[in-house]
Amino acid sequence: MTDSYDAIVVGAGHNGLVCAALLARAGKRVLVLEANEQVGGAAITREFADGYSVSACAHLLYQLQPEVRKDLKLSPRLASEDMTTIALCADARPIRLSAGSVEGVADKDAEQYRRFRKRMTRFSDLLRKFFNKPPPRLGTKDFKDLFTLGQLGLDMRMLGREEMQEFLRLIGMNIHDEVTERFENPLLRGAISLDAVLGTHLGPRSPNTILTYLYRLAGDHGRAAIPAGGMGSVSNELAHAARNAGVTIRTAMPVKRIVIDNGRATGVETVSGEQFDSLMVISNADPRTTVLNLIGAKYAETGFARRITHLRAKGNAAKLHLALDGLPAIKGLSKKDYAERIVIAPDENYVERAFNPAKYGESSPDPVIEITFPSFCDETLAPTGKHVMSAVVQYAPYALKGGWNEAAKAEFMQTIISTLSEYMPDIGQRITASELLTPADIESEFHISGGHWHHAELTLDQFLFVRPVNGAAQYRLPIDGVYLCGAGTHPGGGVSGAAGRNAARTILKREKAA
Amino acid sequence: MKTYDAIVVGAGHNGLTNAAFLARAGLDVVCVEKNDYIGGATVSRNLYKDWWYSNCSYVCSLLRPEIYRSLELHKHGLQVTPYGGSVQFMESGDYYGSYHDPEVAYREMARFSRHDADAYKRYSADTMRQCRFIRDFLLSTAPDPTSFKPKDLKELARIGGKFMDMGEDRMYETIRFWTMSVAEYLDEYFETDVIKTALSGSGIIGTALGIHSPGTAYVLLHHYMGDVDGNVGSWGFARGGTGAVAKAIAGALEAAGGELRTEAGVDQIIVRNGKAVGVALDNGDEIKANIVVSAMDVKRTYLTCMDKKDLPEKFYRRVENFKIRGSSGKVNIALDGLPTFPALPEGSSLYHSDMHFIDSMERMERAYDDWKDGTWSKDPYLDMTIPTLSDPTMAPPGKHFMSCFVQYCPRQIDGRDWTSEEKDAFGQTVINQIANYSPDFKDLILHAEIRTPQDIENEIGITEGNIFHGELTMDQLLFNRPIPGYAQYRGPVDGLYMCGSSNHPGGGIMAAPGANAAREILRDLKRPNTVPENFGDD
Repeated sequence: MTDSYDAIVVGAGHNGLVCAALLARAGKRVLVLEANEQVGGAAITREFADGYSVSACAHLLYQLQPEVRKDLKLSPRLASEDMTTIALCADARPIRLSAGSVEGVADKDAEQYRRFRKRMTRFSDLLRKFFNKPPPRLGTKDFKDLFTLGQLGLDMRMLGREEMQEFLRLIGMNIHDEVTERFENPLLRGAISLDAVLGTHLGPRSPNTILTYLYRLAGDHGRAAIPAGGMGSVSNELAHAARNAGVTIRTAMPVKRIVIDNGRATGVETVSGEQFDSLMVISNADPRTTVLNLIGAKYAETGFARRITHLRAKGNAAKLHLALDGLPAIKGLSKKDYAERIVIAPDENYVERAFNPAKYGESSPDPVIEITFPSFCDETLAPTGKHVMSAVVQYAPYALKGGWNEAAKAEFMQTIISTLSEYMPDIGQRITASELLTPADIESEFHISGGHWHHAELTLDQFLFVRPVNGAAQYRLPIDGVYLCGAGTHPGGGVSGAAGRNAARTILKREKAA
Repeated sequence: MKTYDAIVVGAGHNGLTNAAFLARAGLDVVCVEKNDYIGGATVSRNLYKDWWYSNCSYVCSLLRPEIYRSLELHKHGLQVTPYGGSVQFMESGDYYGSYHDPEVAYREMARFSRHDADAYKRYSADTMRQCRFIRDFLLSTAPDPTSFKPKDLKELARIGGKFMDMGEDRMYETIRFWTMSVAEYLDEYFETDVIKTALSGSGIIGTALGIHSPGTAYVLLHHYMGDVDGNVGSWGFARGGTGAVAKAIAGALEAAGGELRTEAGVDQIIVRNGKAVGVALDNGDEIKANIVVSAMDVKRTYLTCMDKKDLPEKFYRRVENFKIRGSSGKVNIALDGLPTFPALPEGSSLYHSDMHFIDSMERMERAYDDWKDGTWSKDPYLDMTIPTLSDPTMAPPGKHFMSCFVQYCPRQIDGRDWTSEEKDAFGQTVINQIANYSPDFKDLILHAEIRTPQDIENEIGITEGNIFHGELTMDQLLFNRPIPGYAQYRGPVDGLYMCGSSNHPGGGIMAAPGANAAREILRDLKRPNTVPENFGDD
C-alpha cells in the first residue's frame, strides 16, 4: 500500500518549504521528504559542541524576499539587524560600512561610496523584480514570455539613458576595476570585493563579479541580520507555515530515487524502501543530484544530461564554528561591535591572491573571512559568559588536490587560526571546541553536490534564461512531472525563498492553463 | 593655407583604410603618421642586415574580404599565404599537432583520446556557428540600445531577428558562449589537457584575462572569425611580412588621390568653438581640415592629444577608465638557420605551424597569475612562428626569421617602468623556453629584438602596447566600445571621428573599424557611400 499525494517535495530546505506551503495553500495535498533529522537543509541551527549551537551553513539573512515574507506571513525574530560591516586591518583602525555610508575613510571615498551604493541599489532593484518571476523563454511567441522580456527592456530604459548605458556596461564587469576606479581606501576596496566573491568560484578580477555583488544586494539592499535562535528558526517558521497549510513533512526520510514510469514521474522511493505516489515531484535538491542521482541520466535526453553534467558547482566557502570561553580581543573594536559583521579582506589584491590557489585545487594560505559572534546578541546559543564564532572562510576548494582528509582539514584550520590571530591575538587561547565544514563536508551533510551554496555557480552563463541549464530554466525538467525549486534554479542561492516561490507559482499557473 | 576635407591621424591599417575610403568618395584627404614608416603595428621592418621583421603583428586572417576586394589590395601587391596547423610541445617529450587535413587532425587527436577526436566535430560546428553569427556584425555599426533613432531601432531589430532565427536552444547556447570562460567552454567538449591547452590560447591572446576568466570564450572568436581566401578560421602570412598589408592599403589610398605624410606626429587636435578644425604637429606646423579622424587608441586621442577643456567631464572620466592593458610582448629573432625540434618527425609540416611550449591548462592559468602580480610570466604562453619557411623574401637564403608573441607581459613591472635588466631577463625567459625543445636554437640566434608593451607604446603609440587598443571584455564590446553612447565612431566633439581598434569590432588586422568609420563620416557628409557592406558568406 502506498500513499498518494498531489505533489511530493524532495528536501525540506527553505525553498522546498516555501514551495510546499504555497502549493498546499492552493489546495494541494503535499508531502515533503527530508533526508536529515531536522528541516531546513543548509538553513539550520545545530549544536556543534556541548552547549554551543550555531547556524550550521547559512548564517546571515539578507535576501529573504518581501514577496515570500508577505505570502507566508513570516516575521522572523532578529537578534541583530541592519548589521554594519567592519573591515579589519592588522595595523590600522577598521572601517565601518553600512548600506548607505562608510565611516573611517577619507571624505572623498565616503562620498564615492554613497554614490556607488545608490547606483548599485538601483540596479539591484531592477534585477530583484526579475528574481521574483520565472525567467521568460526566448524565441517563443508566447505572450507572457514576450511581455516579461518587453518589461525587462522597458525597465532598463526607465533607468534613463545614461544609467541604462551604465547598467549594460557594469553587468559583465569585474568588481576589481570598479573599486580601484572609485576608491582609495584599501579596506573599503577589499570589503566590497569580498561581498562580490563570497560563495563563488570567482576572484575580484573575474568578469561577472559586479553581477554577484548586485545579487547580494537584491533583497534587503545588503542589510544583513542574524535570526534569533539561528537560521534554523527561519526554517522552523517556514515549516510551521507549511504544516498549517496542510503539508505533511517527514524527516529522516532520504529519497533514493524519483520513480519514472513511461517517461513521467509517478512518485518517489525512499532509501528505507517506502514508496509514495504522486504525478508531481518537485526537487529541492541541486540540479545535478536531481537529474543524475535521483532520476538517472538514462531518463534524460543526451544533450540535456550532458549540460547537467557540465553544470559548474565547485564550492569554495568553508564554514568555521568556534566555541569560545570568552570574546576574543579585536584591535580597534568596542564591545557593541561584536554584534556586527566583521570581515578580513584587507584589500582587493589580497582577495585575488586568496583566490589563486583555489584554481589549482589548493586552499588559500591567507584566506578571506566573514565573521559573526551570534551568541553576543543571542544567549540561547552558548552557555552564559561563553561565545560562539560563526565564520565563512574562503577559499577552500571543493576539489582539493589529495582530497579533504583529516590532515588537510587540520592544516587549513591552522591557517585560519593564524590568520585570525593577526587580528585577534588571543583567539588561540579562547577556543574550547571547533568545527570546520569544508565544501566536501557541506556536500555530505547537506546533500549539495559540490558543496556550493548557490547549488550552481552564479555566473552569466548559468543565469536567468540558462539557469541551471537551458531546457530547465522554468523550473520544469524535460521529464514530465519533475520540477526543480532549489538554489540551482533562477534566481539562485541565499536564504531568499525566491526560487521556491517562483517554482510554486509556475506549477500552479501551468495547472490552471491545462 | 590649404584646408583638407579630412585629416586621418595615424597611418596604421585602420587609419589607412579609413583614408582610402574617404579619398575614394572624392574627399581631399591627408593621412599623417608620427613615425618615418607607415603601418603602425601592421609593419615589416629592416632592423638587422637583410632581415625583414614582422616585429609587431605577424599573422593575417581577420582582414575583411570585402575590404580586400573593394580596395583591390591584390593590385597593390598584397598576397596572403595560408600556413598550417599548430603544435604543442609537451614536457613529456611528446607533442600534440593540429592539422588542416581533417583526417590527419582526427588521427592525431585520437592518439590522445578518441572521445576528444569525436567531440571535435561538435566543437568546431558550434564554434563556427558563433563565428557566422558575429561575422555579420563586423562591417556594420553597432546599434545603440538606448537610442530611439530609426537607424538604431532597425539595426537592433535586424540583429534580434537574426538571433531569433537561431532557434531557442541555440539562442541559449549563444548567451552562454558570450559569457563563459574559454576553459569551461572547452571542458564541455574535451577531456585531454593538452588538447584543451592547444585550443585555449586563442581565448586569451592580447587580453589581460586568464583562461578561466568569464568572457574569454568570446575572445576565441577574434581568432576564428577570420579567413584566408574564404577559408574561415585559416591564418596566413602576408608576403614580405605584415607591413605588406599596410603598404597595399596605402597604395589604394594614393591611387584614390589621398595624401600620406610620415614623420608628422600630431601634438594636438585643434578644437574651435566646439568643433575640430585641424591638428597641430609636433614640429609646430598646423594642418587645417573640416574633419579630423583619429586612428589612435581612444586614450591617446582624448587624454594625450586633446585639451581636457574641449571635452565633457563625464566623457573624459570614462575615457580615463577605459581599459587598455598591456598584456603581451614580442621577441623577434634573426636565425642563422632553421632550428630543429627533435620531438617532431623530420620534415614535419608542423615546422610551418604556430608553435607553443605550454602543455597544460594549469600552466596557462599560472602564466596569468604572474601578470596579475605585476610581472611577466615566468612560464609564458608563446605563439611562435617561423614565417620565412613560407615566405623566403624576409631573410637571406638559408636564414630565418622567428616571431614570438608572448603572453603575458605587463606594461609596467610592479607599477613602475621596466629596467633594461628586466627586459633582458624577459627575453631570456622566452628564449629558454624554446631552447628546452630545440637544443640548437640558441646557437642560431644572430639578433633578437625584445619588445615589452612599454616599447610598443613608445614606438607605435598604442597605449600600453595593447594589440586590440582596449580589452575585449563585455563592458567594452559592441555598443559599449569604446564608450557607451559613443560607439558609432563619433566622439563628443563635432567634426572629430574615431576609426581605430578601440572601436567596434575591435583589433587584429581587420580594418573594419576604419571602414565602418568611413561609412559613418560619409553619411554625415551626405556623400555616396564607398564602403562595402558585408557580402555575407553563409
